Amino acid sequence: MTSPPKTRDEATGPVVETGPDEGGTHHDHPGEGKYIKIALILAAITAVEVVFSYWEAVEGFLAPSLIAMSIVKFVIVVGYFMHLKFDSRLFRRLFVAGMGLAIFCFTVLLSTFHVWTR
Amino acid sequence: MSTVTASSGSHTEIDPGHPPTSTGLSNEKVAMWSFLGSECLLFGALISTYLLFKGQSLPGTIQPVDVFDIPYTSVSSFVLLMSSLTMVLALAAIQRGDQRLTRVWLLTTALLGASFVAGQAYEFTVFVREGMNLRVNLFSSSFFVLTGFHGAHVTIGVLMLLSLYSLSMRGKLPASKAETVELVGLYWHFVDVVWIVIFTLIYLIP
Repeated sequence: MTSPPKTRDEATGPVVETGPDEGGTHHDHPGEGKYIKIALILAAITAVEVVFSYWEAVEGFLAPSLIAMSIVKFVIVVGYFMHLKFDSRLFRRLFVAGMGLAIFCFTVLLSTFHVWTR
Repeated sequence: MSTVTASSGSHTEIDPGHPPTSTGLSNEKVAMWSFLGSECLLFGALISTYLLFKGQSLPGTIQPVDVFDIPYTSVSSFVLLMSSLTMVLALAAIQRGDQRLTRVWLLTTALLGASFVAGQAYEFTVFVREGMNLRVNLFSSSFFVLTGFHGAHVTIGVLMLLSLYSLSMRGKLPASKAETVELVGLYWHFVDVVWIVIFTLIYLIP
């Protein structure tokens, strides 16, 4: 009995038959109109970030709000422009493993030197 | 179905259009995502070093507040952010076989990236004129190393984009090789997300 034939997406190479929930790829990428909307959202967030950095009224929670906006931008670019939201779970795991390890290691490092409280 | 063709001698070639892999996924994409995961550690180390040394420089020496020009860097950030849009448009163009638009967006992305690098080079020269260099204090050392590494990554990305443009001009980048553009795109978007973090943590947070 031969294994079922694999389908192929011309854009991204071989595609397994399983859906994204099972670890396979899924190529329902956004269209160009959506990419432009996403870019406009990213530009708007950047503008808000810059305004916040000059706005004295938000001084008390400036760092958390800027970090939150930065995380939103990060997730949007990785999810939509890098297609991690639509691609195989394996890619997500590889990237999150590296990023998670980096965040863990360097949070421990900075905490050791009391960077957050000085 | 994957095709394996045997050529002369013991050399066996796998049809490049249908690479059979144990995961059913492109090995190149798996490698690129693994590489990007490891790059998180590199930039994590550089950003942590900067944060660790922040405010630890000798009094009387140059400080971030003395040199940073937020409006100027905001424009640079905007340029890099828009280059991510043009990169993804280049990928969409090659996926539908539009060679002309693929070249337009690849070249636009390369030009935006080159503008960012040029802007960074100008910023560095201004800082040096203000008395900053690698050895002045902890701030200047960690700042130049971090942003310099990022700038080097952008420069490599620009070279890769120009290589793709050159391949496309010679007709060696058909729609069947869209994955090559996707791989360079992944690298390019990663460089962009690293800048998103650097811009916030280094420039905007006082």
